[in-house]
Amino acid sequence: MIDLKNSGQDINTLEAVVVRFVGDSGDGMQLTGTQFSDTSAMFGNDVATFPNYPSEIRAPQGSLYGVSGFQVHIGSIEVSTPGDNVDLLVAMNPAGLKTNLYAVKPGHTIIVDTDSFTKKNLEKAEYDSNPLEDGTLENYRVIEVAMTSLTKEALKDMNGLDNKAINRSKNMFALGMVYWMYHRSTDHTIDFFRKKFKKNPLLIEANTKVLNAGYYYSETLELIPNSYTIAPAKMPPGTYRVIMGNTATAWGFLAAAEKSGLELFLGSYPITPASDILHELVKHKHFGVKTLQAEDEIAGVTSAIGASFAGNLAITTTSGPGLALKGEALGLAMMVELPLVIVDVQRGGPSTGLPTKTEQSDLLQAMYGRNGESPVIVIAASTPANCFDYAYEAARLTLEHMTPVILLTDGYIANGSAPWKIQSVNELPEIRNHIVSGKDENWQPYDRDKETLARQWAIPGTPGLEHRIGGLEKDADTGNVSYVPENHEYMTRIRAEKIKRVQNNIPDIVPEFADEGDLLVIGWGGTYGALHTAVKELNAEGFLNIGFAHFNYINPLPKNTEQLLRRFKKIIVCELNSGQFAKILKINFNEFTFLQFNKIQGLPFGNDELVQKFKTHLS
Amino acid sequence: METTVKKYTFRDFASDQEVRWCPGCDDYVILRAVQKALPEMGVNKEDVVFISGIGCSSRFPYYMDTYGMHGIHGRAPAIASGVKLANPDLSVWVITGDGDSMAIGGNHFIHVLRRNINLNMILFNNKIYGLTKGQFSPTSSVGQKTKSSPYGNTQPPFLAGELAIGAQARFYARVAGNTPKELTEIFIAAEKFNGTSLIEVLQNCVIFNNGCFTEFTDKNVREDKQLHVEHGQPMIFGKDRDKGLILKGLKLEVVTIGENGVTEEDILVHDAHEQDPTLHQMLVRLQFPLVTGLIRSYDDVTLEQREDALTVQVKANSDFVRTDDLFFSGETYKVE
Repeated sequence: MIDLKNSGQDINTLEAVVVRFVGDSGDGMQLTGTQFSDTSAMFGNDVATFPNYPSEIRAPQGSLYGVSGFQVHIGSIEVSTPGDNVDLLVAMNPAGLKTNLYAVKPGHTIIVDTDSFTKKNLEKAEYDSNPLEDGTLENYRVIEVAMTSLTKEALKDMNGLDNKAINRSKNMFALGMVYWMYHRSTDHTIDFFRKKFKKNPLLIEANTKVLNAGYYYSETLELIPNSYTIAPAKMPPGTYRVIMGNTATAWGFLAAAEKSGLELFLGSYPITPASDILHELVKHKHFGVKTLQAEDEIAGVTSAIGASFAGNLAITTTSGPGLALKGEALGLAMMVELPLVIVDVQRGGPSTGLPTKTEQSDLLQAMYGRNGESPVIVIAASTPANCFDYAYEAARLTLEHMTPVILLTDGYIANGSAPWKIQSVNELPEIRNHIVSGKDENWQPYDRDKETLARQWAIPGTPGLEHRIGGLEKDADTGNVSYVPENHEYMTRIRAEKIKRVQNNIPDIVPEFADEGDLLVIGWGGTYGALHTAVKELNAEGFLNIGFAHFNYINPLPKNTEQLLRRFKKIIVCELNSGQFAKILKINFNEFTFLQFNKIQGLPFGNDELVQKFKTHLS
Repeated sequence: METTVKKYTFRDFASDQEVRWCPGCDDYVILRAVQKALPEMGVNKEDVVFISGIGCSSRFPYYMDTYGMHGIHGRAPAIASGVKLANPDLSVWVITGDGDSMAIGGNHFIHVLRRNINLNMILFNNKIYGLTKGQFSPTSSVGQKTKSSPYGNTQPPFLAGELAIGAQARFYARVAGNTPKELTEIFIAAEKFNGTSLIEVLQNCVIFNNGCFTEFTDKNVREDKQLHVEHGQPMIFGKDRDKGLILKGLKLEVVTIGENGVTEEDILVHDAHEQDPTLHQMLVRLQFPLVTGLIRSYDDVTLEQREDALTVQVKANSDFVRTDDLFFSGETYKVE
């Protein structure tokens, strides 16, 4: 345990701070960032993180496109996004500095490993001269540290370590320095070493040494004029963990399977940024989870349809291009009225688009991307942690309404992480299902629940309920193939009505900050953090006439949507696309004018751009 | 298990739906052969599932009084894989055609065979697209004139068996659509086989490709033109049972017993259980005689068996029983 006393420098208390660690792909920046955020979360801060790594698997060392980064936003106040601009940049090489300098707030701090600023690395980073010497950084507080040499020095008495192992631990020197700057204990990370390197005590010792060396270096050399504390945030009591959006999605399905008493089946084909859900679920065979890494996207969804027919809670996971491939099968699932969840972790499109960047441009595809009139339930998660809630909700709705549910998340919340107040399965809402067991003389495959219009779920293996389903239009009563014109119209309307009635089973939309007023900010999905933060800031500035409504339920929309819209003079719909949700609102509520704020850069909303935009509509 | 199985007749497996294939279609023969085979399989009706894609043959599930799903074009093997993995106790059947399985659904067809999931696939091969009214299919011959090849087909065909065995099919049989007894026998053998069974039925399309297999299947010529193989039996054919196959170099050769000193001992004996598929492939490719019967039946571990074994192993080594055990494990912290 390191004593957290300070050696004479100033201590400032901050509400929140944004730190970005950048370096080469092999520099361990993701690990460094994760350790800092986990330690801060355990200290009681609210945290939000976002990784940024190159799409090249092994990019050339030192190159601009090989830079890997990890951003952490920690606060004693509520933290809803990983933050826009950074207070501290830790750059392990010139390429990292070059590609990330734009994000550092003027006057704020940059820590660099001077050992990496060699002629060769400067060339690779396309610097004509050394930015540490040529005035490039004069508006920043630069802390120059020969991290590589100091790491070697710290380990000089240790035998049995090769150069590679020594070099690879220099990220822990940087982490040690940052821990000192923000008064964080090194305990959590040392515990982490003990677990991770259980079989290699040498590495536990080496990493601990380097981490402590970084910490003491900051303390004793007085290089760093200020250190900062960020007090614990006020969060609801409970047991927490830091969770990534994709993990939360996977866990939501685990919980739903247990709660509903069904086995979970995932049919999936790997695609960025959705694959981590597959990676997570394959681990959980101990819960009886069945996974099939299929031969393609279509087999992913159709195997899930088969599993659903046979009585599993069946899901498939994908991203935009994969959703396009699954379209026909989704129509089948809707037509045969079986439960099925399709997760679309949206990325920049169209076509292959921007696989590693975020966007909200699959909304209309989710709504309408199928032949014929084939409505499905569409819901969207809005934070890394509530991916859990909406995965659970998607499972609940598909089982209770016997129709497919598309769950939209996006690359931003899927890869971001945040504290999650762990929910025990005991506390989660009940999930009903429509499984039919006994033989009723008059049973018909398309008998419907009077309230929800859900069909009954007769599972193969149940004696007496043998029946056929399929993609051809079905007679409303018997479920036999029917080409009768009136029957087709009736069935089309029934399938639409089924979705509409889901409104009775979802919560009303509740605006934040104001129930009525001059401007209603509307968002949906993964932009929650940015929009919430911007409206909160305006609210704190004294703009009490701005409200914020964020939609998680999109098809159907909450029942009270129209009433909400009536209570504001102006409405602005903010999306990371060119206005898809605005279109849906216009179709449903055509008497209102929907202003739009759109961004289509593969990037999340920035706080400043939102605040400025909203102000123009408030004055 | 066997003792609890109910007694059925073929009528128990016929649904109340009127069968709507063209009069004279071999599909009727196949349907009846399946309905006759099912009571012999020792499975309960409620455990039988038929999954189809799109095409004439894919109407099949509607005519069976079992569980069934008429899926989408080409995807039946994937749907069926999901059914079987979700409940390995079911007897799962895929009904597909040459277009459904080898054109639009080619990917699922090869991968289900590779994985060796314990299900049965009946491939209705009529070398033509029937339901879309007469275009050439991936098994149509070069030169074949169809609606979409008025000057003759220019695309070389797949041999279903060659493709299937290339994709590691463990069980492959080829049967003529006009031999109901053989069909019934092979369907029963397919159900008993542990792994993916593929039965290619040479099925005549009376409307768009009438007589496509007559050269080999007409009852006047079939004994001379077909070699019906049986495991452990010499590969002898012909009305007079005097023709046989021998291996000469890397080629199969037809010989006559009693000529040039050839005796019955010289004739190859069929080994359907052999792991090495080389000879099976040669039999599939042979242009004369046309080899029918159970060509390959190699016992292997199924995907479900591998998955089950892994699950047992993971469960035995895991402390996680309920999801709460996972959620509250590892790096958690308390906020008071």
